[in-house]
Amino acid sequence: MTRPPVLELSGITKRFGDLVANDDISLSLNQGELLALLGENGAGKTTLMNILFGHYTADSGEVRAFGDVLPPGKPSAAIEAGIGMVHQHFTLAGNLSVLDNVMIGTEGLGLFTSARRPARRKLTELAERFGLQVDPEAMISDLSVGERQRVEILKALYRDARVLILDEPTAVLTRIEADKLFETLRTMTETGLSLIFISHKLHEVMAASSRVVILRGGKVVAERNTADTDRAELAELMVGRRVVRPRRQDQRAGDTVFSARNVSVTQGERTLLDDVSFEVRSGEILGIIGVSGNGQATLGKLTCGLAEATQGDLTFDGRTAKGFTPHDLVESAAGRIPEDRNTEGAIGEMAVWENSVLERISEPRFNRRGFVNRKACRDYSAELIRRFDIRGATPDTGTRLLSGGNMQKMILGRNLASTPKFIVANQPTRGLDEGAIAAVHTELLAAREAGAAILLISEDLDEVNALSDRIQAIVKGRLSAPVAASEADSRRIGLMMAGIWEGEDAA
Amino acid sequence: MRLERRTQTPLALALTAPLVAVAIALALSGVLIAIAGANPLQAYYEMLKGAFGSRLSISETLTRTTPLVLTGLAAAVAFRSRLWNIGGEGQFYVGALCAAWLGHSIAAVLPPVLAIPVMMIAGMIAGALLLLGPVILRIRFGVDEVVTTLLLNFIVLLFVSMMIEGPLKDPLAFGWPQSVAVSNDVMLPKLLSRSRLHIGLLIAIAAAIIIYVVQSRTVFGVKSRAAGLNAAAASFAGISLGSTLLVVACISGALAGLAGAIEVTGLKGYVTLDLSPGYGYSGIVVAMLAGLNPLGVVATALFVAIVFVGADSMSRAMGVPSFIADVIVSISLLTMLVCLLFTTYRVRR
Amino acid sequence: MMEALDIFTTASLWGAVLRIATPLIFGTLGALICERSGVLNLGIEGIMTLGAMVAWMTVYQGGDLWTGLAVAAFCGGMFGLLHAFLTVPLGLSQHVTGLGITLFASSLTYFVYRLSLPVSSSPPTIEPFQPLAIPGLSDIPFLGEALFSQTAPTYLAILAAAVTAWVLAKTPLGLAVRMTGENPHAVEAQGLNPIRIRIGAIVVGSALMAVGGAFLTTATFNSFFPTMVQGRGWVCIALVVFASWQPGKALLGALLFALFDAYQLRLQHVVEGGVPYQLFLMVPYVLSIVALIVMSRRARVPNALMAPYRRGER
Repeated sequence: MTRPPVLELSGITKRFGDLVANDDISLSLNQGELLALLGENGAGKTTLMNILFGHYTADSGEVRAFGDVLPPGKPSAAIEAGIGMVHQHFTLAGNLSVLDNVMIGTEGLGLFTSARRPARRKLTELAERFGLQVDPEAMISDLSVGERQRVEILKALYRDARVLILDEPTAVLTRIEADKLFETLRTMTETGLSLIFISHKLHEVMAASSRVVILRGGKVVAERNTADTDRAELAELMVGRRVVRPRRQDQRAGDTVFSARNVSVTQGERTLLDDVSFEVRSGEILGIIGVSGNGQATLGKLTCGLAEATQGDLTFDGRTAKGFTPHDLVESAAGRIPEDRNTEGAIGEMAVWENSVLERISEPRFNRRGFVNRKACRDYSAELIRRFDIRGATPDTGTRLLSGGNMQKMILGRNLASTPKFIVANQPTRGLDEGAIAAVHTELLAAREAGAAILLISEDLDEVNALSDRIQAIVKGRLSAPVAASEADSRRIGLMMAGIWEGEDAA
Repeated sequence: MRLERRTQTPLALALTAPLVAVAIALALSGVLIAIAGANPLQAYYEMLKGAFGSRLSISETLTRTTPLVLTGLAAAVAFRSRLWNIGGEGQFYVGALCAAWLGHSIAAVLPPVLAIPVMMIAGMIAGALLLLGPVILRIRFGVDEVVTTLLLNFIVLLFVSMMIEGPLKDPLAFGWPQSVAVSNDVMLPKLLSRSRLHIGLLIAIAAAIIIYVVQSRTVFGVKSRAAGLNAAAASFAGISLGSTLLVVACISGALAGLAGAIEVTGLKGYVTLDLSPGYGYSGIVVAMLAGLNPLGVVATALFVAIVFVGADSMSRAMGVPSFIADVIVSISLLTMLVCLLFTTYRVRR
Repeated sequence: MMEALDIFTTASLWGAVLRIATPLIFGTLGALICERSGVLNLGIEGIMTLGAMVAWMTVYQGGDLWTGLAVAAFCGGMFGLLHAFLTVPLGLSQHVTGLGITLFASSLTYFVYRLSLPVSSSPPTIEPFQPLAIPGLSDIPFLGEALFSQTAPTYLAILAAAVTAWVLAKTPLGLAVRMTGENPHAVEAQGLNPIRIRIGAIVVGSALMAVGGAFLTTATFNSFFPTMVQGRGWVCIALVVFASWQPGKALLGALLFALFDAYQLRLQHVVEGGVPYQLFLMVPYVLSIVALIVMSRRARVPNALMAPYRRGER
């Protein structure tokens, strides 16, 4: 093809403090192409696309769209130039309608009224043309995640985007939905759109893209035509070194440590968890697989003592655990790894030692008649840093300064140090790079070997497969019957994640 | 141009921030003084003279510092746990009213050694109870405590007015609306003879030290700080937000109530509707200027007291309205907010 | 007891309701516009005080009444701009900044007031807005006196409520403001600048607050004296919650509130002996708290209210 690229980034560099997020990155996108931008978490993919779209301003380098330089830092200029972006965290207002969300920014702010009728017509037309049906008058908050993504894509199409950037578009979709999305994207390229999608999942890059650009540590390390490469090569290029994730060894499970029987959690009129049952036995990992937003957050809260069962029973170590507070759980030797380490797991403004002891600060070893035994706390924290290889930390380091992986090691450490009987690990490796993922997996497996009962809640199929002895799928707040890891092939799990398990026997 | 979080705050920056803030505030207020037709430098000199020029003025400044330390601590303690107690003024008045009533009625029954602590504690309890209402409303119904504490200030003032014109009216006050008086033998002892300075100042400084120790050394201090910094993480770690907030509210309200009790038993002897020239509100400024640090509160309370006492005498000497004190203090609050921001953020292109 | 009920049948009560409601309508609309864009403006009490003084001063110095309102609106807008600068691009705590603005605006007001009139025992009065009898309608018995013999700013307040409701609900600008209050990232992603939208909303809202304050001196009390706003600003903040952030309900809330206020004023003269007048004066504040308790859980708060928006930060 001799036509000039529709999009050209050259020499993009962006620093955040000492961190170089993008280091002299250049890449181009051709007309009608489906380009994958592959990289680990933290490789700089999202930063790059945010620069392209004008959310961030690059420290140096420029972006050209259809031959013209885009003024930096102006999303409006990017939109004008025909670039549309579908963010990983949707940029939608939940309390407003689909049409409102699509129309915002498309009309002059000085107008006396809004031309909603022609807008609705255009939206419906676009939705039909690309197979992205959605009710224009529906409230965003009433839509499923998949539907919200459709709205995001429609927003860009409505603005006549000719280049579409999708940031981790399948993160919130089931395999089936994801396949359908890529089908839609392919029809889009046929109508002349050019697309970039950001991903760290090798299989979808292999399946959907025509060309791959691989980012590592903020740099472009390679570029391949998809037809000329394979998963193994991409994996090595992406990670840069051989990191082997540990795998579970067979081991006989012991007695049931934690169980839920017919538990429901409701909030107002909404049912967040619907009649779920599971049991976790000593020395085994029970994996709960599911697409984001299907009740994992509530299940995590329930088992961490932050939500109460409206119905049903929880037992821990033979006693009822219904109505257990976080404090009760910590006292009865439960370890809890929260879903979001930044908002729940640790307090960035506090020192590492304070975060290390926060759950246990009332225990006599840290508490001398109401006063904090600072020496004991610091010693304990130093011990965690040593044992769990928390890099770049001393007890007095500000926790905010730790990398995601090291912060997660601190959270793991404070939970595992006291050999818990039961561990909840909710999305324990979300957002981590391969090295850190392997470290977390190693620790969890070691805890399993030591006899802990582990409830692993994850959206990452590879993770669940590698670690779990038994697997249950979570869909719309309901849990499937457990399947032994040996019987769980990817087709069966795919069906379970789509909610198709009814009528099957418990394994 | 945008703001970027600093990874670390240089100590020098943290220490100079309040000084820079005050300097900018004085410069801006200087413009107003010039507009009023006076030389700003001379005016500030007059203010310093008014605040420190004589034994009397020093004692007046310190007397004025006393309630500001306590209302400043009340705000600092609450704000640190993200409890927006703007009701210091109301809590001050209920504390004062309680102390006046007891000071009038129990003096005959109890010896001063007992009566004085009883009055102080009663004032503290009254202040704490007044703040508990809004805090319970916040915990139970999600009602923003800013508005409720503000509205309560007006209700309390009306209540005080009702009391000092009604049941607690001083029959000997020639019809003036003023409360019954604390009997002389249970007034707080003087710190300095032939002055109005009383031991309330020592009580206030002791309170600041105690609060500092509680915040930095105790388990409760760590818990309440965690709750203020990140409520989700704190409750995940098993810290009960509700009860932490209730305790913080009790401490905060008690400090403001104590301020009122001390002002009555140490200085005025009775309650009128102009007992406080806005100590509750100034306390917020004192706390913010100190970066919510309890020991810093003592210093910033002194600063605010200097401004107010100094402005009065400057006003007499130079004809600049004494409201300039309020202007200086309020601009300081705003400039301090900006300076504090730049200790945690820096500007990037 | 009949007398207590008879009050409701006097036209003067209903006339007073509109008069008392006017500053509240302006103030509540102003606070509502700020909050719909996502910013709490606790500067309201000080901005109303400032507006009251500035309008009065303008008229006292020989300006006409409308110029007085315009100057008040302008000065209110400037303080709004200050609040906006501190809370939007700098992202400072909206609570503390708002209180700072209130303290600053009121102390500056008193300073300027004292500077212009150094010694005066009773503050000088001005010729206020006169009732504007609407031809025809004002002759209707009862209703004419109650509703159609108000001063011009009162009609303006009701008009302002209607315009605010229309703009927020029907225009692209209104959608932009509402969406900025719900999710500024969504606004930014569509090429608009949420920071500018917020600043604009705060400036306009603050100008309305100042007009509300100005009504007190140009139509109610005819002169200025310190502390005259008496917490009306805080009442407006409570009314916004009561109104669930809807302009129509804000108008209704202000009227309802004014009805109680007008009624308690008249009731004071009817109820005999023993009941201290302070109890009646407490009614408005107590009602505001009650309104907050009743509505706080039910009201639909703008999602991004009080969440500072910094570009490139989530």
